[in-house]
Amino acid sequence: MERRRTPLWDLHRQLGARLIDFGGWDMPVSYPAGTIKEHKAVREAVGLFDVSHMGEAYLRGPRVREAVERLTTNAVASAPVGKAVYTLLCRPNGGVVDDCIFYKKSDEEFFVIVNASNTAKDLEWFRENTHSLCDVEDVSDRTALIAVQGPKAVAMVDKLAGGALAAMPSFTFTDATIAGATCLVARTGYTGEDGFEIALPNDDAPRVWSALLEAATPLGGLAIGLGARDSLRLESKLPLYGNDLDDDHSPLEAGLGWAVKLDGRDFIGSDALRAQKAAGLTRQLAGFTIAADLRAIPRHGYAVVDRAVAAGESPVIGTVTSGGPGISVPGAIGLAYVPVGKAAAGTNLVIDCRGKDIPATVVSGKFYKRASK
Amino acid sequence: MSSFPTELKYTHDHEWLRPQGTSWRVGITQFAVDQLGDITLVDLPKEGDLVTKGQRFGTVESVKSVSDLYAPVSGRVLAVNPSLKDSPELVNSDPYTQGWMIDVEPAEKAEIDELLAADAYTAHVAAQ
Repeated sequence: MERRRTPLWDLHRQLGARLIDFGGWDMPVSYPAGTIKEHKAVREAVGLFDVSHMGEAYLRGPRVREAVERLTTNAVASAPVGKAVYTLLCRPNGGVVDDCIFYKKSDEEFFVIVNASNTAKDLEWFRENTHSLCDVEDVSDRTALIAVQGPKAVAMVDKLAGGALAAMPSFTFTDATIAGATCLVARTGYTGEDGFEIALPNDDAPRVWSALLEAATPLGGLAIGLGARDSLRLESKLPLYGNDLDDDHSPLEAGLGWAVKLDGRDFIGSDALRAQKAAGLTRQLAGFTIAADLRAIPRHGYAVVDRAVAAGESPVIGTVTSGGPGISVPGAIGLAYVPVGKAAAGTNLVIDCRGKDIPATVVSGKFYKRASK
Repeated sequence: MSSFPTELKYTHDHEWLRPQGTSWRVGITQFAVDQLGDITLVDLPKEGDLVTKGQRFGTVESVKSVSDLYAPVSGRVLAVNPSLKDSPELVNSDPYTQGWMIDVEPAEKAEIDELLAADAYTAHVAAQ
């Protein structure tokens, strides 16, 4: 089957990107600089990401707040206009349909950006579960999305937008004009750095991308592929749907309790999550590090083992959901679902890295924390 | 398409071999390097270990993935590139020289004859 292309595909080819199949899309995994240089450019300067494969939709109508209230674990419906809110969409059993960001445009209109691989599923979920409470308009096919991330991102984009953006608080959005194109600009991201995510019409995307890249290049900026997108998000302990989040784990188990507002609310999954919270968790997503001198890298799917179990019992006590080499942090890093008793910071774990038992240590919080200004 | 040095022999698993006296130096090709992306860790056997043709003798890990290295011939490992432990990126920057992996003394001369010449390897890559 022909892979789908974003409106920036030609520009990626011109830049010499290595393109791979990513959920049916032909996407840049890296550019000639390579994943490590790209990763560092975002940590030290600025990086541009084409994430136009992600899905976008509008939910609209006089009763849209009732619909959104039912769909979201976080307090989206009651948020102030202009706010961007990270939330989970849960099933009745508390499993996760997707994680996404809702943008409250007015009391009667919300914009939402969802994971590329879940777009069709999410749109169906929205339509099934909002019934006649609101209109759902899928604008994925005509909407491009460019992320600009890094310590130099805000000043750079602000200048291109005529000074309208630097004062925006984190997790807010506004309409702005960049390179003559009307964009929805949100102060959000998926790297652990400051910056913006810019939604705009497909036709305007090449012009805006080129203007951004022209501004970024003298600052030491680069175009960034999916390889570095993954290593950046992992260092910042931002979950990836399909790895760290899925139908079989709840947001509470994933450590996303901060995005689950249960008090006085009734949403899809709220009963199950309330019950799980009352009963206490049995397993939890834990971050762990492997010392550099052990020369081992944990990967998605590797087992967390306890070799002290009785004969005949499985030594597997958990599974690595994401892992990789640290680029801005030493050693290797990963996330794994483990029994709660093994999830406290400082706990020693053993990861079966392709047949070798490798010691790891649970750490709390992000692996990489950006310097506060 | 990059061209492959004609003085080397190749395997279908994207390794190159260079004759040097009685032993053969082994590394991975530019094509393999391009597929892997930035290499962050290379795990190799020890000097004196025996490797078996077609069997795993080590691993290469990039930021995104882990790949096995398969022995191109059977024999004894005479030397291991000591630089790759701390500088695995040499495989990216200079796969045919500084990024070499091991020197092997082949046990069976016939296995050498089964290796691909550069033109045959080029055709193999083109078909990928």
